[in-house]
Formats: sequence, structure tokens, C-alpha cells
Amino acid sequence: MSTPLISVHGLCKSFPGVRALHNVRFELLAGEVHAVMGENGAGKSTLMKILAGVYRKDSGDIVYDGVGVDFPSPREAQAAGIGIIHQELQLMNHLTVAQNIFIGREPRKAFGLLLDEDRLNRQAAELLGQLNLAIDPRTTVGGLTVAKQQMVEIAKALSFNSRVLIMDEPTAALNNREIAELFKMIRALKARGVGIVYISHKMDELKQISDRVTVLRDGEYVATVPTAETTIETIIGMMVGRSLSDARLVGAAPAGDIALEVRKLNCGPLVRDVSFTLRKGEILGFAGLMGAGRTEVARAIFGADAVPSGEIRVNNRQVTIRTPAHAVANGIGYLSEDRKRFGLATGMDVESNVVMSNLANYLAMKVMLRKRAIRDTAGRFIRMLNIRTPSASQEVRLLSGGNQQKIVIAKWLDRDCDILFFDEPTRGIDIGAKNEIYRLLRALADQGKAIVMISSELPEVIRMSDRIVVMCEGRITGELSPDEATQERIMQLATQRDTMEGRLTA
Amino acid sequence: MSDPALVKDHKDGIAASGSGAVAALRRRLLGPAALQKLLAFASLVLLLIYFSFASPAFMQTDNMINILQATAVNGVLAIASTFVIITAGIDLSVGTLMTFCAVMAGVFLTYWELPMWTGIVAAILTGALSGALSGAVITKMKVPPFIATLGMMLVLKGLALVVSGSKPIYFSNTENFSMISQDSLLGVLVPDLPIPNAALILIVMAVLASIVLNRTALGRYTFAIGSNEEAVRLSGVNVDRWKIVIYGLGGAICGVAGLLLASRINSAQPALGQGYELDAIAAVVIGGTSLSGGTGTILGTIIGAFIMSVLTNGLRILSVAQEWQFVVTGIIIILAVYADMLRRKRG
Repeated sequence: MSTPLISVHGLCKSFPGVRALHNVRFELLAGEVHAVMGENGAGKSTLMKILAGVYRKDSGDIVYDGVGVDFPSPREAQAAGIGIIHQELQLMNHLTVAQNIFIGREPRKAFGLLLDEDRLNRQAAELLGQLNLAIDPRTTVGGLTVAKQQMVEIAKALSFNSRVLIMDEPTAALNNREIAELFKMIRALKARGVGIVYISHKMDELKQISDRVTVLRDGEYVATVPTAETTIETIIGMMVGRSLSDARLVGAAPAGDIALEVRKLNCGPLVRDVSFTLRKGEILGFAGLMGAGRTEVARAIFGADAVPSGEIRVNNRQVTIRTPAHAVANGIGYLSEDRKRFGLATGMDVESNVVMSNLANYLAMKVMLRKRAIRDTAGRFIRMLNIRTPSASQEVRLLSGGNQQKIVIAKWLDRDCDILFFDEPTRGIDIGAKNEIYRLLRALADQGKAIVMISSELPEVIRMSDRIVVMCEGRITGELSPDEATQERIMQLATQRDTMEGRLTA
Repeated sequence: MSDPALVKDHKDGIAASGSGAVAALRRRLLGPAALQKLLAFASLVLLLIYFSFASPAFMQTDNMINILQATAVNGVLAIASTFVIITAGIDLSVGTLMTFCAVMAGVFLTYWELPMWTGIVAAILTGALSGALSGAVITKMKVPPFIATLGMMLVLKGLALVVSGSKPIYFSNTENFSMISQDSLLGVLVPDLPIPNAALILIVMAVLASIVLNRTALGRYTFAIGSNEEAVRLSGVNVDRWKIVIYGLGGAICGVAGLLLASRINSAQPALGQGYELDAIAAVVIGGTSLSGGTGTILGTIIGAFIMSVLTNGLRILSVAQEWQFVVTGIIIILAVYADMLRRKRG
């Protein structure tokens, strides 16, 4: 066995109120893809950020290439050959692709006074060409799709000739074709001897791409196992400390009256003649590829964008929804796929966020905040949803993704919305917390809430939904019952691009 | 949203990268930034036409020179503000820093009797140091730019009064000092074009600033920091150092504005200066630079500065009372930014 590229021993790190890592071990070989798994707040991201110089360790040893290191900033880590792709994309949207890739390393001319923009673009084009990416280096990054932005991040990390590449959920926003391309890229890097640390919650991916798996739980090291010889159930068991079933979550009672009826909804190119019904007590799955218009349908019904044409009936009564406030007044809630941007005030504490959209109910004499009532409500939801936080006054940004998602759910539950749109409710959430969210959605449906779940993960849609609607390019291309829904059948409907040519020439 | 673009990109991605230069040119000419400049420029032309018809006194050579003189000072200050605002920061101290630099120029030239060019360089360095100090307070002490520069605004206002003994300093030892701004090099060469040096200096500053902003690393980091500071930091760039440099550069440019002002009135007036920072910020914003950072152009700022001074001058010529001038100017600023918001929403 060769000497490890990175070996970590006894690593500890604490944040105010949270012990993020305690006595953690980790080892990475050259030419290895090493997956790091763990539940919400298990410490994966913290470990990665310490390796990449974003955080400083409290104690412990990190040996890189035979030398003890403690990178004071990402700059040193990068210079040493450790690159990281963060889960939240870290790009400058106003700059071009080439400018983003070479930020801090711009080629110069005129004795170093001026930037050599031509050389910059040429180098970027070369790099993108090597990676088989059809992206114009002069394009402004803000105008690219999330998937392409992710590719730019990867190109940027690779441009450092990194010997270690850390990828934190690189496939969260990619479709299957793009994932296949990414994996091809990863295998090529492996062959060059690059060590890759890979964080993902998608089990099938780990089986495909990783050589070894290290499991963390609650900030502590559990085990390192070879992927090929270990079953997914075993890994999940190590992560959560118990085993989980993959069985469908079926409702306790048949669906009730129609809660929401949408007829001939039109709004821009991605919502075209959309009609569906949603009953009380059911979970309606919305499947489709990224950009199929599912989010746009939810946002149109929620009044978040331009006013759509068509008919929306809530509890058999026609309604006009022009703004999110109208939607909420009609009992419709929308949980955005982008929690940080649209769902939470991350700089504020848990209790403030929970009561945020329902503050009128927590006022004494219509002006003064009833602190005690707010704290009680927050405490109730923390127990009910099992939100892992030191206290109700913890800042939300310090919690993990799954716990943040639960706070968003608490917020809408407190608002008493009966029709809830969940947009990618488990994105970026680990498997243990996912199961909690699934049970929570089912419990809400059993209480009579009508739920739409938009999800790009097919197993999740099939497992959770009472009915599945599939979209492609703004249209509903089919509806499936759970019995007839297979991944193959859904993908077939999701790629039914019959109107494609007409629109491109129009 | 993303799907059609994705499919399309995939199909003609290779072709697109080949015609990238053409696309870039098209973006430059017809892109949203260009449109904003066009909008601002059209407003400026409309203002000029309106005032020319409204008053025969407006389109006179003397009055045009007045406008150029007035724009030079505010324009140079606005250039300084542009850099800081593109980083998503703000500098409230540019007005009083300008005054402080003018007073220091008076100290260097009149009290210490330094040679003129030495004094000028020293005054500009004073500005650079002060700006860098603001930058250090913002980055090292982590005081938000609004507060840090509000503090610096008052500090500099006080120091200008202390150093000068609250009295104007006249440039009695340097006879040529007033020529910096008031003379017309161009008028000597082309008698029909008595454009004052102040305007030439504004043009030179604008060209230099454009080059720095668009073609140097400093400019690249100015945009990058305004676009996503954390991403720049994570890319291994020393963001603190660059921010100090950017505020320092802004300070140096304020020094130039101070010299222009002092030269124009041939004295350093320690009580002048507060309020200029708001005119400068207004010019920057009218010129299409976003207060949330990441975008902006020098040309836009210059057009914005001209809109401000033409408006002030034209209203005065039309004998609109000072009180109402404020009201009109305020409304124009709000409308300009509102138009920008509408455009962004549609685009």
C-alpha cells in the first residue's frame, strides 16, 4: 500500500454551541475516490473545510504528502494542491467564465500592469476543451444554468493542477447526462493520480464512483470500509446507527375532497396549459428533469412571478392570486428549493424564523412581541420535528441543511397552510434526515393537508407519492399511479420532447 | 428556466465559442449596461435641448465653461466613488477628504512653500493614505463601510478646520496654481475651443480609471469583490489587501478633486465639502452602477455627473429657487434609479 496523500488523526473542531468534530480520523490515497458519509451535522463539511484551509482546526494532526500542515487560508491549501468545490456555488455572477476560473491568477501583459484578456480566454477555452465542456469562456456566469455553473466550478478547481480535489455534493444540481460526464472526468483524474474526496447523499452514486467510504456520525469517526465489499444497508446503518427500510410510505386513509384545482394554467415558456387536481390527504409527486417547469408551476400558483392566465380553484372556489400574500391567505404555502435565498433569514435565530410569516399572532396589543409565546411555539416545533439545535435562540446559519429545512417546514405549519408545495424538500440533506422529512410529509398528509412534492430524485418520488405528474418543457406529459410508476416510465415521459423543434424555430 | 438553454447550448456550444468575439462585441453594444448608458445619455441630451430652448443664456460659451468646471470636481469625486460602490461598499468621506486634501495642498504650498508639483503629489498622497485608512478600518476592524466612512467624514472635516485654523488658505506663493483648473491648454491650440483644463483633467482621469477598472487586476478584483466577496476570498485572493488598495485609490482620486476645486477658486476653503459625497453617489447611481455591487462603468458615472451639473446649472439659469432645485434634483435621482429597476426587471 502506498503512503497516504492525506492522513488525519485526532482532529477536533468546535463552533459556539456545537461540537462539530471530535477525534476524527481520515485517510486519502493518491488515485482514490474516497467518499465521506454521514447524517446532518455529522461533520463532513467541517472536515472538508479544514482540509481546504477555510476553517482552522482546534487540535489534531493533518499530514499532507508526509508533512504536517495547518493551512491558514484557502490560498495556502490551493497552492499546496488541495482544491475544493463547495456545495453552495462560489462564483462571481457578474464576471465571465474565464474571469471566474482564473480569479487571482490572471495572466498579465505590459510589465504586469494590464490583464491579458486574450490569453485568459485562450487558457480557459483550452481547459474547458480538455474537460469536453461546450461553454464559451466569455459568457457571464450569472447567465448560465446551475449545472453549467457547477461545471465552471469544477474546471476552476482542476485548473490548479490539484493533487487533492474535494467535492461537496457535486451532483446535487446535475441531470443524469451531466453526472455521467462528471464521473468520466473523475475517472480521468483518478488515472492521473489525483486523490478525490467525494461527499454525496446519493447512495447509487457512491457505489458507482467511490473506492472507499468513511462514515462520520455526530462529529465522530465511525469506520472506513471498501465500497465494493459493503452493502448500502450496512453504510446507512453505520450512518444512522440503525437500519432503514425502503418501503413505500402509504397514507393512512384514502384521499379526501379536492383542495386545489388548476385548469389551463399558462405563464411564460415553462408553464403551458397545465391542469391538475390535488386532494386533501394526498401527496402528489411532480417529476421531471431540471428545468421542466415544475418550480415555475408552483411559483405561478403561489403568485411569485408574473400573473398567470388560467383558472385556480381552492376548495371549489375560484381564486385570483396575484402575490404570495394572496396565496398564503388562501392557505397555500411554497417551500423553495433554495432555502438560503428564499426560505430563511439565516442570520436570525430559530424562534424568529419559525414565527416569521405569522408574526401577527404573536403580538400583544398589536405591537409588542410576545416573547414567551414565540419561544413556546419554537420549542413545540423543535420537539415535533426533532430539530437538532442547542436552543431556540441559535442562529439558523449555524445549523445543518436538514435542520434548516425543518425550520422552513415549521414556519409554514405555524401559518396553518393546508396546501403545501415542497420544492426539492430533501436536496442537500443526508439520508437519515431525508427519512425524517418523508415521515413528516406523510404525517402532514394524514392530517388532511394537500401536498405537492417536486423532486428530481425518482426513487423518492415513487416512494412518497400517491399520484405522480410528469412534466417536460412546461407541459404535463403524463400522470401515473404508484403501481404503474417505474423509473423507466417516468423518464420516458420526462423526455417526451415532441414540441421541441417547433419552439426553437418559432 | 434552464432546460431550453441547456439543450440549445449543447447543440451549438462549439459554434458559440468560435464566434465569441462577435458575441462579446454585440453584448458590449447592445447589452443591458450599454442600454443604461444610452438611457442616461439620452436624458442628458434631452436636458441640454430643453434648457437651450428655455433660456438663451444657457447655450453660451461662458455658461458651458461653468458647467464643465462644476462637472470636473463632482465628476472626479464620482469616479472615486464608482470604484468603492462597485465593491458593494460606500464612501461617505469623499467630500470632506477632498476638502482636507485641498487644505493640505494649501499647507504644503503656502505655509511650507514646497515646489508646486511636490505639493500636488503630496496632496494626492494624503488622499491615498486617508482612503487606505478607511479601507483598513473596514477590513481589519470589520466596521461596516457606511459607519467607517461616516466616521472618517467627520474626522476629516474636523482636521481640515484644525489645520487651517478655520480660515481659507490662499495660494499666494504659487501663482500658477489657479491655472491648473482655469487655464485652457486646448484654447491655446484651438482658439475656438476654450475648454478649461479642469475638463481635460476630468477626461484624462476618466480614461485612466476606465483602463484600471477594465484592464488591470485591481479592476477585476473590484468587480469580483462586489459580485461575491466570499467566493473571491475562497479563491485565495487577499480580499482585505485589495479593498484597502481600492479605498486608497478612491482617496487619491479625491485628492485630485481637491486640487481641482482649490485651483478653481484659488484657495482652500475648509468649510466646503460636506454634501459633495451625496452628489457623487447620485452621479454614480444615475450612471447605472448598482449599489449592490458587481456592475458599473466610468462612462456612466461621467454622464451621471453631467446630468447632475446640467440640471443644477439649468435650473439656476431658469431662476428656479434654490429650495425647488433640491426638490427637482431629488425627484430626478429617484426616477433615474426607478427606470433602472424597471429595465432590470424586464431584462
